[in-house]
Amino acid sequence: MSRLSSADTPTTEVDAPEETPVDTARQELVERLAAELGDGLLESVVDNGDVWVRVRRDAWRATAEACKAALAMDYFCFLSGIDWMPSASPNPEESVSTEVEGVEDEEADEPAAEPEPEPEPAPSGAASATEGWTTGVAGGDTRFQVLLRLYSTTSHLGLTLKADLDDADPRVASIAEVYGGADWHERETWEMYGFTFEGHQNLSHIYLPSEFEGFPLRKDYPLLAREVKPWPGIVDVELMPEGLEDAAIAPAGDAADTAESAE
Amino acid sequence: MTAVTDRQRMAYIATQASEARVNVELQTEDMTLNLGPQHPATHGTLRVVAKLNGEQVIDADVVCGYMHRGYEKLTEVRTYPQVTTLINRIDWLSSFANEVPFILAAEKLMDIEAPPRAQYIRTMFFEMARIANIGLFLGEMALQVGALTPAFYAFRDREFVLNQIEAATGGRFHPNYDRIGGLKEDLPKGWVAETQAVMKRLREFCDELEGLVAGNVIFENRCRGVGVIPAEVGKAYGVSGANIRASGVDWDLRRDEPSPLVWKDLDWKVWTHPDGDSFARYWVRLQEVREATLMVDQMLEGLPAGPIQAKVPRIIKVPAGEAWVHTDNPLGEMGFYIVSQGGLGPFRCKIRSASFNNVSVLPWLLRGTYVPDIITILASLYFILGDIDR
Repeated sequence: MSRLSSADTPTTEVDAPEETPVDTARQELVERLAAELGDGLLESVVDNGDVWVRVRRDAWRATAEACKAALAMDYFCFLSGIDWMPSASPNPEESVSTEVEGVEDEEADEPAAEPEPEPEPAPSGAASATEGWTTGVAGGDTRFQVLLRLYSTTSHLGLTLKADLDDADPRVASIAEVYGGADWHERETWEMYGFTFEGHQNLSHIYLPSEFEGFPLRKDYPLLAREVKPWPGIVDVELMPEGLEDAAIAPAGDAADTAESAE
Repeated sequence: MTAVTDRQRMAYIATQASEARVNVELQTEDMTLNLGPQHPATHGTLRVVAKLNGEQVIDADVVCGYMHRGYEKLTEVRTYPQVTTLINRIDWLSSFANEVPFILAAEKLMDIEAPPRAQYIRTMFFEMARIANIGLFLGEMALQVGALTPAFYAFRDREFVLNQIEAATGGRFHPNYDRIGGLKEDLPKGWVAETQAVMKRLREFCDELEGLVAGNVIFENRCRGVGVIPAEVGKAYGVSGANIRASGVDWDLRRDEPSPLVWKDLDWKVWTHPDGDSFARYWVRLQEVREATLMVDQMLEGLPAGPIQAKVPRIIKVPAGEAWVHTDNPLGEMGFYIVSQGGLGPFRCKIRSASFNNVSVLPWLLRGTYVPDIITILASLYFILGDIDR
């Protein structure tokens, strides 16, 4: 008889391991991968119940193969890219909100920014375009990084793989033959970031029209809707016009008086 | 002697004709069948271009992107609370379930946790979203293979769940109810008792469909052995959720991934099926809906009192860092990879939606199947176009 449902295992046991045991499992995962890749592995971070590994660009496919064969990473989550360039059209809320924050300073609890973890082990000897940019966990020395998430359905561990790509000609080996699911993700990344996946059989548009020009998810690609019309959300926190502002502030100033008189 | 009789002549003509017919069949040219973009089996605008040899598909290509809205770009110019409005519209049949992994990822980076009552209500709405979404599938799939009635039953009973979601959140389809650190508001008065009645009703709906559809010999004939996804292939393609559990993979992120939500406190089962065919996918989903109603019942009973919102700063700024949170949504694994640089909005937000991967297996899966089976396979994989195109 085949089993139609999972055993009645108490689910708590699966979730029970606290951070320390899980981290040893993840540490061991990184060590196994390092043994497979040798100097192909550039950097690894185990933090907050997750793993990031940065590998050399030319070891990209070998990494995927090693993960599948040696690490039992049988499940393909996603493949994508990151552009570390500071945004050309920054978040429109940033400018407005600082004023608002000043006004409501006392209401704000401890700003969560305080326990800020050191986000990046400073890239050592990075003499490239990313000078002065923040490049995140296992961040790169170059502008573009390709990003891959794999998961094991048996050990329930996952890891994020990254590789730095060349600024001028971002290209990396395709892993569609290792993980079938990478096929479409590579097509998406190709059209959104302009990364070339060497060995991919059919790098064609998947979301965008075939005559589309440019790579929309690159940070220097303008968001045309914002160029044409400012972000309407700002209206919500816009400061009141002069006359109205006075009128609104005046009753608030003697709020105590009015409250008393009402009673 | 007289020459050939009429009878002989007729036999000769018949053999000639049949030979000619065979020759004609051998010379058939491949035909291209364009399914969609607006075919009801595609739940939106997905196009399947199938190259046919006779009735058999020899090659299939899936064309998507008719609904691409560029959410990953849009998240970069919005604040974290504004992003939930967008991601409500990814999988629009279970919108609340979309909000959860995003909010959890932001909370993980901010290192805050919602109070227990909020976690219970979150989990409850997550499962109710599953019931509303998959409950519709249970009728819809029967509709695709030719049974009209179950679809009406599904729409009728889903409405009860949507009413409950609307009563608490104010939104029937797009609740926008989850907040960083908690929820928008608490449950209204009398809601718990009403929901218990609805869950009972939905269990009856499941029983009804189990007899009407899953136990129907016509339905079984259309679905058994059609569109078999072997476990290894499915995992390499990133097929997830009920689709991969129907291939015998005992893996459910609700159980296997540490999460602040309360699935670990509940008594429930992960349902799997060894066959991996269309019927198995239907069957697993049917069991999951019933299991979800039982989970909601348990949560209603154990609902703790207390606040629903943790203390969060008035202006939400997420500290620099990167977080990946994925949950087992009704359609499968949905995850958000958030890269924050300490600003008001994400620097980069990769949306990993379930349907994109589930559908990417189609070119592999459709090869060698027959035309009527395309519909069964599309229906049983169950995707939402907003979840493919984002």
